Amino acid sequence: MVRFTNIGLRYPEGRGQWALSGLDFLLETGSFTWLLGPSGAGKSSVLGLMHLAVRPTAGRMEVLGQDVARMRRGALPGLRRRIGVVFQDYRLLPHLNAYENVALPLRIQGLTEQRLRADVTEMLRWVGLLERADAAPASLSGGEQQRLALARAVVARPALLVADEPTGNLDGAQARRVIALLREMHRLGTTVVVATHSEALPEEYPAPALRLEAGRLLSHG
Amino acid sequence: MADRNAFRMRRLRGRDPLGLRRALAGWLLPALVAAMALLAAMALTGAQGAGSLAARWEQAAAGQILVQLPPEGLGPALDRLSALPGVASATPVPDARLREFLRPWLGEVPGLPLPAMVEMRISDPSAETAIRAAAADIPGALVEERGEAVTQALRVANGVRGLAWVILAIIVLVATALVAVATRAGIAARSQTITILHELGARDSDIAGRFARRLGWLCTLGALGGLAIALPALWLLADAAIPVAMARPAALADLPWWGLASLPLVAGTIGWITARLTVGAWLRRLP
Ligand SMILES: Nc1ncnc2c1ncn2[C@@H]1O[C@H](COP(=O)(O)OP(=O)(O)OP(=O)(O)O)[C@@H](O)[C@H]1O
Ligand SMILES: [Mg+2]
Repeated sequence: MVRFTNIGLRYPEGRGQWALSGLDFLLETGSFTWLLGPSGAGKSSVLGLMHLAVRPTAGRMEVLGQDVARMRRGALPGLRRRIGVVFQDYRLLPHLNAYENVALPLRIQGLTEQRLRADVTEMLRWVGLLERADAAPASLSGGEQQRLALARAVVARPALLVADEPTGNLDGAQARRVIALLREMHRLGTTVVVATHSEALPEEYPAPALRLEAGRLLSHG
Repeated sequence: MADRNAFRMRRLRGRDPLGLRRALAGWLLPALVAAMALLAAMALTGAQGAGSLAARWEQAAAGQILVQLPPEGLGPALDRLSALPGVASATPVPDARLREFLRPWLGEVPGLPLPAMVEMRISDPSAETAIRAAAADIPGALVEERGEAVTQALRVANGVRGLAWVILAIIVLVATALVAVATRAGIAARSQTITILHELGARDSDIAGRFARRLGWLCTLGALGGLAIALPALWLLADAAIPVAMARPAALADLPWWGLASLPLVAGTIGWITARLTVGAWLRRLP
């Protein structure tokens, strides 16, 4: 569950500009939501708030039932581990191979190689990259990197999955494949939020949408 | 076989998700730490050497007082000196020993009248000043001053010891600064990765701990290398200097073993703590 109450965000480097303001919405547990809007509307900023990479300047925010503003900083990592993120720019670690990139969230949780191997292998198979387990991210195609980022985001079985333009650089077939994987996570009970500036995707896969424009919420539904 | 190798590689890399073995590689830091450990080993040995030299001089100068008395009235004066509190014994130096001692300067002069020299042994060093004063009160008595040379030498020895400690303190400061700089370079090289780990839910202590272990290890290695060079050099130095300074052959106990053995540990601790604090401070800027 994600609840924004009158949320505003100003970046320290943002010269006093509000990147987001007056955001009010509730995403139910287990929902699938499109986050729509043109470039610069604030989609990545909303997702950054949701996965606790930035903290709101104003307002109240609840993520997975926790009031984030009131949490001690030391308690945030525990909450972050329950959130899966597919970054707009993937953010794969270049010095780790595909297998290690997927294993990373589990290693952060302190799992041993023995305990994480089955899950990592399964995720790599799920996104069709098992044969590339030893490949460096730089040697993968854009679509493969995107799927690898998705495998990393879901390997720890998060309760909330946020994906930022997960089809941005992909052709139609690759994009459909990634969306199918996201919808499968949703079917398994994960709360999923997908940001995209594409208008075609939400038409193809109808679901509730948050529509942003210049940092404000235009509509929700 | 190739499969097992790939698996091993993967495991090795898995234990180093920050890629610190690459980001904090090279021999520059260990080499500089080695140089500082070498200096520290020399300072420690210098401090111990100066200390034992001072102790030896002190011991030789303390515990005895020479009093020159006019030959007449020697008996009552001796009684008076022996009775002073803190005096273990007061014995006249035999004439023959005195003549033997003076021969290089005076030659063989059988008829020359010599003053009586009394050698006092002191049992209570704290009473020395009082004993000197009491002895000087005896008419015609001359109390030999503690050699000015010994006092000067003691001052030099203590100065050397103090200087050695100052050098050690400077070395610790420089080592700390060095580790902080190396850590910052490591952070700069891996800031993206650190941020990603942070956003995936890594705790500050996980990330800072990885840096701390890496830098602690590099510093320990460097100090071990420095010691490996220092030990033979220090032994050669002791072997040459001790017979001259202490009039005995050098012994293993002349090197400050505990101090030397603690150098890798101290270096490792400096590396660990400094890296931990440096990375910790950097991470606190993240949300
Ligand atoms: N780190 C930052 N510092 C300062 N300003 C920022 C930062 N990130 C985003 N902004 C600003 O916040 C606003 C929203 O940016 P955001 O990245 O959230 O938009 P977006 O909808 O994700 O755009 P795109 O579709 O191009 O990814 C923009 O005006 C942008 O310049
Ligand atoms: Mg964006």
